Amino acid sequence: MDLTKDADAARATLRTMWTIRRFEEAVDDLFARGLMHGTMHLSIGQEAVPAGACLALREGDYITSTHRGHGHCIARGARLDAMMAELLAKETGYCRGRGGSMHIADVATGNLGANGIVAGGVPIAAGAGLAVSMRGGDEVVVSFFGDGAVNEGAWHEGVNLAAIWDLPVVFVCENNHYGMSMSVGKAFKVERLAERAAAYGIPGVTVDGNDPQAVHDAVSDAVHRARAGQGPSLVEAVTYRWKGHSKSDKNLYRPREEIEAWREQDPIARFERVVAATLSEADVAACRDEARDAVREAIRVANAAPDARADSLADAVYARGDA
Amino acid sequence: MTAVLPKHRTLTYSEAVREALAQAMEVDERVFLLGEDIGTYGGAFGVTGDLVHRFGERRVRDTPISELGIVGAAVGAALAGMRPVVEIQFSDFTAQAMDQIVNQAAKIHFMLGGAASVPMVLRAPGGSGTGAAAQHSQSLEAWFAHVPGLKVVMPSTAADAKGLLLAAIDDPNPVIVLEHKLLYKQSGPVPEEATRVRLGETTVRRTGGDLTIVATGVMVSRALQAAEQLAADGIEASVLDPRTLRPLDAAPIVDSVTATGRALLVQEAPRTGGFMAEVAATIVESSAFGHLRAPVARLCGLDVPIPYAPRLERAAVPQTEDIVRGARELVTAW
Repeated sequence: MDLTKDADAARATLRTMWTIRRFEEAVDDLFARGLMHGTMHLSIGQEAVPAGACLALREGDYITSTHRGHGHCIARGARLDAMMAELLAKETGYCRGRGGSMHIADVATGNLGANGIVAGGVPIAAGAGLAVSMRGGDEVVVSFFGDGAVNEGAWHEGVNLAAIWDLPVVFVCENNHYGMSMSVGKAFKVERLAERAAAYGIPGVTVDGNDPQAVHDAVSDAVHRARAGQGPSLVEAVTYRWKGHSKSDKNLYRPREEIEAWREQDPIARFERVVAATLSEADVAACRDEARDAVREAIRVANAAPDARADSLADAVYARGDA
Repeated sequence: MTAVLPKHRTLTYSEAVREALAQAMEVDERVFLLGEDIGTYGGAFGVTGDLVHRFGERRVRDTPISELGIVGAAVGAALAGMRPVVEIQFSDFTAQAMDQIVNQAAKIHFMLGGAASVPMVLRAPGGSGTGAAAQHSQSLEAWFAHVPGLKVVMPSTAADAKGLLLAAIDDPNPVIVLEHKLLYKQSGPVPEEATRVRLGETTVRRTGGDLTIVATGVMVSRALQAAEQLAADGIEASVLDPRTLRPLDAAPIVDSVTATGRALLVQEAPRTGGFMAEVAATIVESSAFGHLRAPVARLCGLDVPIPYAPRLERAAVPQTEDIVRGARELVTAW
């Protein structure tokens, strides 16, 4: 799919990226004003990865997500009001106030969950792929994770299982250059994280993670392979996290110039320049406005919702009856 | 009119587990097995036996040695609609898989506000007595029983090994089934039908009025042997087997201690932080407290890793004679 020349696709891509950006800016603001509690991990600057990747998926496909997962949730089509309600600790939130930012998920759109453990979702994605494979289905699982996950045992075990059983899983590494404060230059001896794929006998490719088209092309290829029963692939999308790791981050480990240089590579501004020939200025403005309005409306709806109730706290520890 | 009794045959505990797996797989395509060497090898303890020939490699799935990946794959498959049953070769190796058990399987239903559940079973043999030493002999049930979201089962008979496993497979939650490697070859009557033993039901194995012995796993049979020896001396013990540690069915324990006034709690695991401390607290917090004629007593494994030498290994965990001695003291000293 050409995300730059096809006007509908361009609009969808831009709207998704703006929605993620506006959602996270709003969350950042609410947090700064003391209106949101807990912690959260923002993906501002990384919007091209979920936007480009999820456009390669269709209904029935699954994703697993990360602690930095707002973008995956939105790109997969989750409701902004239920997401915002979750972050605002409301009963109407996706997790009824049990999950918060780090565990947010919309199961109805195939999101099997964000994860507070960096590689925790990787073997889970392999397992979802195993379920698809055993049922003879053609659904695909996209497993999102960061560069920090690639050195964890769960990552290696999960990728290996998917590889030996030819499971329909696409492993998407959002290489945003830092696992908390540990830079990829210090955490890896390999030049590109995609090289790790060779160790498992699967294809690995590195793409510009600030270009939704590049992400989309690579993930689409991997999705086609997976649907055709040819097994998993690894896509490394190189991008950058503008904000700190979480709310406690003082950014002591990276120079301001580096952050500035990457901000000039803003995936949204870049994409707007690229689609200037396809979308009118009014079209682009409409995408921005729609995203802003949708996020405002989500905040309004969420704020009006009742707070999560403690009287049912113990109810969802165990599932009842036939699941 | 004569009641129609379910047909029983004598099977080993190991055969009973295998029969449960086979019967669950026969009726539900979603059920499949996942683990190291469970296929042609038949399982490290021979439990899966010939199942791969009956159900194929797709459903009796040999895995590489990667416990974290195996359990994670089971979590994912369960989330996506399957009913995986994982075998971990020795319960000690669950340490390798703890993130997926504790942080993923146990918590996903809750963290998602009930929107998804993880109907999976993890079977693993625990316990000492085979000379396998410290990394292959532990009794880790307290680790799992401490985690909300997990259910924990310890079958002590062949019939329960089958019935509890079938119930665990039906359950929409992650269930840890801790089998005991010394019990695998023990035989007992097992119903032919796929009869479930409900999770969370303590059973009374023997009734006596002088004291209540609560025991789990292989300690149940030792407690019953001890009770026979005590009976010869005129001391009558009740022996209760919780079978499910979480959720614990405390009422029969409370009732029994209320009647006998004495409780001897027996576990193979080390004392400190062990499951019987929970049972002890449950008793003293209950209405049984006022009926106690003696302090609640625990007989536990020593706070040591399980050693290799047979004499040392035997000394590390309660034996039948220890239970006899402990019970006699409890009855005569108070």
